[in-house]
Amino acid sequence: MSARPLRLRNPYALYLIPGVIAFLAVVIVPFAMNIYFSLTHWQGVGSPTWAGLENYQELMKDSRFWESFRHSVAMVLAMAVIPTAVGLVVAAALFDFIGKHFGSRLAGVLRACFYLPQVLPITVAGIVWSWILAPENGSLNELLKAVGLGSLQQDWLGDPKFALYSVMAVMVWVQLGFPVVIFMAGLQRVDPSLHEAAELDGTNWWQRFWHVTLPQIRPEIHVVMLWCTIAALKVFGAVYVLTKGGPADATIVPSYFSFSTFFEKTDVGYGSAIATVLTLIILALTTVGLRFQSRSEDAR
Amino acid sequence: MVLPLLIVLVNALKSPAEYSANGPLSLPDGLYLDGLKDFWTRVDFGNTLLNSVLISGSVAVFGVILSVLNAYAIGIGRIKGKAYFLAFFVLANVLPQEALVYPLYYLSKEVGLYDTRLSLIIVFSVVQAAFGTYLLSSVLGAFPREIIEAARIDGANSWQILWRMVVPVSRPTLGVLLVFFFIWTWNEFLLPLVMLPSNDNQTVSVALGVLQGQRLMDATMTNAAGLLGALPAIVFFLLFQRTLTRGIAVGAVK
Repeated sequence: MSARPLRLRNPYALYLIPGVIAFLAVVIVPFAMNIYFSLTHWQGVGSPTWAGLENYQELMKDSRFWESFRHSVAMVLAMAVIPTAVGLVVAAALFDFIGKHFGSRLAGVLRACFYLPQVLPITVAGIVWSWILAPENGSLNELLKAVGLGSLQQDWLGDPKFALYSVMAVMVWVQLGFPVVIFMAGLQRVDPSLHEAAELDGTNWWQRFWHVTLPQIRPEIHVVMLWCTIAALKVFGAVYVLTKGGPADATIVPSYFSFSTFFEKTDVGYGSAIATVLTLIILALTTVGLRFQSRSEDAR
Repeated sequence: MVLPLLIVLVNALKSPAEYSANGPLSLPDGLYLDGLKDFWTRVDFGNTLLNSVLISGSVAVFGVILSVLNAYAIGIGRIKGKAYFLAFFVLANVLPQEALVYPLYYLSKEVGLYDTRLSLIIVFSVVQAAFGTYLLSSVLGAFPREIIEAARIDGANSWQILWRMVVPVSRPTLGVLLVFFFIWTWNEFLLPLVMLPSNDNQTVSVALGVLQGQRLMDATMTNAAGLLGALPAIVFFLLFQRTLTRGIAVGAVK
């Protein structure tokens, strides 16, 4: 009788101990602290005073907060929607056209070129692009002048009218390689006889892309959309290096907003509230996204 | 896609005089390496590189070890409530670092780890292991049970099974994780920016970001920074291209 609990105990559970302790210390406890801070007024020194939901109520009335989330939508467009759409076409073109007519080696090299920005530190991308987009002597403006379009020259990152679009363009450049690589891997999984049959039926490339390729790599499309959307909501480094949220908040995003509230304004309670709201949105999206994904996979 | 980097390469090799005379679009007349040298000494780039290698390398190793232990319990041990443990690690992976950054900053000061490379090694080993656990658990879940049963009948305990069978067999996936953890940690920005304020401890990514933020650089130095910052990434990329492209496909579809 007394041997029973021993037999039930799974020896493998011991292997989770370091992981669980480490996660408690680095993720769970800090996250709980963040929620607690968000319910206080605190400058980071002295002791926090309890504020209940005041920070959240203030957030709802804060136009910067809403603006930062509007910019998040722009980032989702630039980092998830556009790269997915363009990535699909690029991957299919590399796979069907370059791969078949010029060899898979060239397709591989081109794929690597698309992927390269993904492995660069975001600060390098930021340095490179803020120099290219610089108003004086920037490569883009010089190029416009050289081809006779000098009237289109702008202060790309310094003008509130253009800054957000410029950051978006840079993010498309950074992000495009991820969908291209995943979609190309997905295309290798597609049975070539499907394409051949469709070709015999006299379909053109677009029809085959739309009716054969797209449905076949739907799982990859879901994964890419989900991860890229999460990445877009978290975007920080690019904004820090390119614009610091400016000019005049034209490119402020939630993560930069919380960062500057923490470390420049030292309003820890308010910064924590921003971070908590951002977390809730990301967790909700992830849950919905994963559920949607598993349902569509079951349906296949 | 590589065009912006090529323009940077070309301009990193121009002298300031040549740059201001001919602009960014001309080819350089000769090789001018002083810009690269100036930048190197100004940010103590050798030391910065060393910090990045030390932090990213340690995180890759510790992160993989932690992932293996977690995934062994979940994937092979099939412990009770494994779905909850897995969900717990996935959540940790999805949480934005913004929601951890101030408490980590505060806690690291409390325990005397603020502005040490060790603090980042600990934090990122755990953050990366969240993804590693998620990926490896599904790989190990498909591990052939007969092999493990056979070893157990031969008298091997779980520790021996882990190191003599599971780890060697899953070496390719562990390799992918090592490379990913290394590069991801190399490129991290927010936490290193907050946790490593002193120049001596800074990583490449942060050193470049801070310089750029201060906008103290002229065009030649900007290009030198861009080139030297990009080079290590390009080298890893060339070395590990195959692992990377295979790895993100595996990681994504799991």
